[in-house]
Amino acid sequence: MHEQSFLKTVFGRLTIDSLPIHEPILFTTFIVVAALGLVILAAITYFRLWGYLWHEWFTSVDHKRIGIMYVVLGIVMLVRGFSDALMMRAQQAIAFGANEGYLPAHHYDQIFTAHGTIMIFFVAIPLVVGLINFVMPLQIGARDVAFPFLNNLSFWLTVAGAALVMLSLFVGEFARTGWLSYAPLAELAYSPDTGVDYYLWSLEIAGVGTTLSAINMVATVLKMRAPGMTMMKMPVFCWTALCSNVLAVAIFPALTAAFFLLLLDRYVGTNFFTNEGGGSPMMYWNLVWIWGHPEVYVLVLPAFGIYSEITSTFTGKRLFGYSSMVYATVVITILSYIVWLHHFFTMGSGASVNSFFGIATMVISIPTGAKVFNWLFTMYRGQIRFELPMMWVLAFMLTFVVGGMTGVLLAIPPADFVLHNSLFLVAHFHNVIIGGVVFGLLAGITYWFPKAFGFKLDPFWGKVSFWGWVIGYWIAWTPIYVVGLMGVTRRIHHIDDVSLQPYFVVAAFGALIILVGIVGTVMSIVMGIVHREKLRDVTGDPWNGRTLEWSTSSPPAAYNFAFTPVVHELDTWYDMKSRGYERPAAGYRPIHMPKNTGTGVCLSALAFLLGFGMIWYIWWLTAISAVGLLAVAVGHTFNYSRDYFIRAEAVARVERERTRLMAPGA
Amino acid sequence: MTAQATNAAAAEQRVFHLAEAEDHDHAGGNGATILGFWIYLMSDALIFAALFATFGVLSASYAGGPAPREIFELPLVALNTALLLISSLTFGFGMIEMEAGRARGTQLWLVVTALFGAAFVGIELYEFASLFAEGATPQRSAFLSAFFTLVSTHGLHVTFGLIWIVTMLVQIGQRGLVIENRRRLLCLSMFWHFLDIIWIGVFTFVYLFGVLR
Amino acid sequence: MTAHDLSASRLHDHGDTLGHGTRRGYLIGFVLSVILTAVPFWLVMTGALHDAQTTALLIFGLALVQIMVHVIYFLHLDTRAEGGWILMAFVFTIVIVGITIGGSIWVMYHLNTNMMPPMPMPMPPR
Repeated sequence: MHEQSFLKTVFGRLTIDSLPIHEPILFTTFIVVAALGLVILAAITYFRLWGYLWHEWFTSVDHKRIGIMYVVLGIVMLVRGFSDALMMRAQQAIAFGANEGYLPAHHYDQIFTAHGTIMIFFVAIPLVVGLINFVMPLQIGARDVAFPFLNNLSFWLTVAGAALVMLSLFVGEFARTGWLSYAPLAELAYSPDTGVDYYLWSLEIAGVGTTLSAINMVATVLKMRAPGMTMMKMPVFCWTALCSNVLAVAIFPALTAAFFLLLLDRYVGTNFFTNEGGGSPMMYWNLVWIWGHPEVYVLVLPAFGIYSEITSTFTGKRLFGYSSMVYATVVITILSYIVWLHHFFTMGSGASVNSFFGIATMVISIPTGAKVFNWLFTMYRGQIRFELPMMWVLAFMLTFVVGGMTGVLLAIPPADFVLHNSLFLVAHFHNVIIGGVVFGLLAGITYWFPKAFGFKLDPFWGKVSFWGWVIGYWIAWTPIYVVGLMGVTRRIHHIDDVSLQPYFVVAAFGALIILVGIVGTVMSIVMGIVHREKLRDVTGDPWNGRTLEWSTSSPPAAYNFAFTPVVHELDTWYDMKSRGYERPAAGYRPIHMPKNTGTGVCLSALAFLLGFGMIWYIWWLTAISAVGLLAVAVGHTFNYSRDYFIRAEAVARVERERTRLMAPGA
Repeated sequence: MTAQATNAAAAEQRVFHLAEAEDHDHAGGNGATILGFWIYLMSDALIFAALFATFGVLSASYAGGPAPREIFELPLVALNTALLLISSLTFGFGMIEMEAGRARGTQLWLVVTALFGAAFVGIELYEFASLFAEGATPQRSAFLSAFFTLVSTHGLHVTFGLIWIVTMLVQIGQRGLVIENRRRLLCLSMFWHFLDIIWIGVFTFVYLFGVLR
Repeated sequence: MTAHDLSASRLHDHGDTLGHGTRRGYLIGFVLSVILTAVPFWLVMTGALHDAQTTALLIFGLALVQIMVHVIYFLHLDTRAEGGWILMAFVFTIVIVGITIGGSIWVMYHLNTNMMPPMPMPMPPR
């Protein structure tokens, strides 16, 4: 008995049974992942790269490095999230009639929950934040974001959240409640195990990171633009970055509060969202969707910005209707905050409430349509170059618009009463997320990769990636629209009606084609590195771009710009090029830079331990981590020497090397 | 004049980078801290908005337990409100000392502010203890869950403010009113006044409305 | 744009532009706040208006006024702070707060009304 309570004190509710020793699939996965992880760790140690990684990357406060790390995180988590998708498609392709498939319900439920949670929070958000991080400060002519240390902290807090989700695969269970973990199912009475706790702590921690990052980006755009760059002379991508981050600042508090209240219900026994004690589970839905709807606009607005940049560059024309693009972006931002109820039309709020939100939802398609027309008018009579980034734009326009239309269909409450929680809904949001956000991110990565690394991605594998994703998307999701219209519900691991099986088989086949696309993406990076000399660009401007990031070297120097740019026109770099701009060859001055710091890594590690302790009821660990967090945070404020100067001679050396490389015959 | 010649003439006049005189990069910060902190405060206001909304929705869900009229002691709340309001005034006096460059004066008013703030938190804890003794706990009903959470979240913010004040007292003692400390004091003052604004919401919509119900 | 114009239009070096208070300003704000606090407490504690609805409306209004007093006299918010962005962020937040609280209460009120479980039927009289 004594030993029992000692173990409980030390390990909380963590026991040997929390490990997947009885689950063959999980156990095998663990062996593979552990082996892969050990190989990577061994390789880093063997090549003595720890010092390099720590000093050049992990402790870096450089927005370019942090942006790249976010993108790496997003791609790694994409592999995990897509594995979940493949498992679901496989199960749904075979589990008909007498065949129960290979995944029991309680396992399947964890997979679809993990899939959604990972794809939104640990793939889409990091990729968007990563691209904005890398590109936006360069586009506004700044040397870094407003708060470089906070930027580093935000990244590592996101990693801490991702680590908790990944850990849940092997230690304990993940939530089975869907990617938004609805009450009352998520309450302690119905989900007593670690699942919902993993979900909540992981997202609370990552959410702090995202909120801080959003504040950072807003302050950067508002305060750090180069002289002469008024708001209306800013690249459209920066406008979408601004609006997306303003929206993020506005909504993450609602999610933080909702999760905080659910945590209180689970840990303290309060009655916010319980069925008894006067609780209101519907209030949870209300709060999470106040977050959830604007969130998708947080993701898609930067994608729209990427399309604007690419369309303009690859048609050799200024973007058509710049002002209307800006106004449309701002209108979408505002409107996205007043449509959230369309996610629960069927919950019973009645006709007056439903009609307001239904109409508001339909109205949002208008500014979006205006943007599509602006892209089309930009292309009209332009000199279109069908390089890979532009191909993504076309695929987006043809794919996303269909998703938008099914969205307008779902916006009609009576229609939604039939289609709510059907596979039609699932097809709709995958349509807009893949066709809108994912295609945009892949386009952006292809477009800006040469700026970040100095060589283009491998074009052949890029095209494999493109066709895999586009053809795969259409084959995977068209059948799902069809069966959704026919009445099939979402989130089920088995279907009785065997006549529906062909659709799911086709969909599974489509998922495999998307897998080819993902392999293509990874290979385009790998083969790009292998062939980098052939693909190299020394000009810094491989696409004949129009905005300021293309005036820097590829990759840009740590300080971005040797001299603060002065802006006169929209499409600043195009303006500079057409007026015969030449880089100054002398007159360099010392440049003020922030120092690297390990505090972000430290705080995030403590946050991870705090989360782990809370999940497993290991109270001593929780207490130590909490105190540690406070101590490290306060201790960090006692460091007043956080910056240094790059000497003028060092700047001169870097700039002269660049001139040398750019010279013909270098 | 041909278009090219016009352009060439224009190029001579256009300056694409800052001249030596203006482009001074120095260690004074980039000037974004105040705006950035203000935006953080706005996000904090939105957390409170969600908590107020939840309180609003659950404010009548007594589940057979105590209702506001039975448990709220308005005189105590009035006292607490007064303490917090006075602390805002004393913080303001501290900021006047800071603008005048007087480190000692700043520290003095910060201590006074902290004392009023600590009294506020202390009285709130006393209020909670007596509520618990009556059986009015956060677990009793949704109304009480919402009440305790909203008021505690505010109280926790005040507590963090107190920790921050103590930290500033030490840092001003060590380095005086250097620019970093001034910037931090500006942020702390925004934080402190913001908490008093939230309290206006609390005493109005929780306590006064509760008793009126 | 000449070099001279650039220096004029460039943001202030330290940029941390927020107005600062005067002793008089803080005292005025304080006295106004005391009044705007004492009146609501007195109204509720004495029940002077004899009508809960009117009292509620009045103290709601007084609370809003006191918030503005704090914002002006303690936070020194004006149209100039940080090039107007402080005010813009503040107004934007007010709007979002309004939609969050108002929208939630509107939605939840309708949900509760429509979805309230039926009351058990009263026992028939013997």
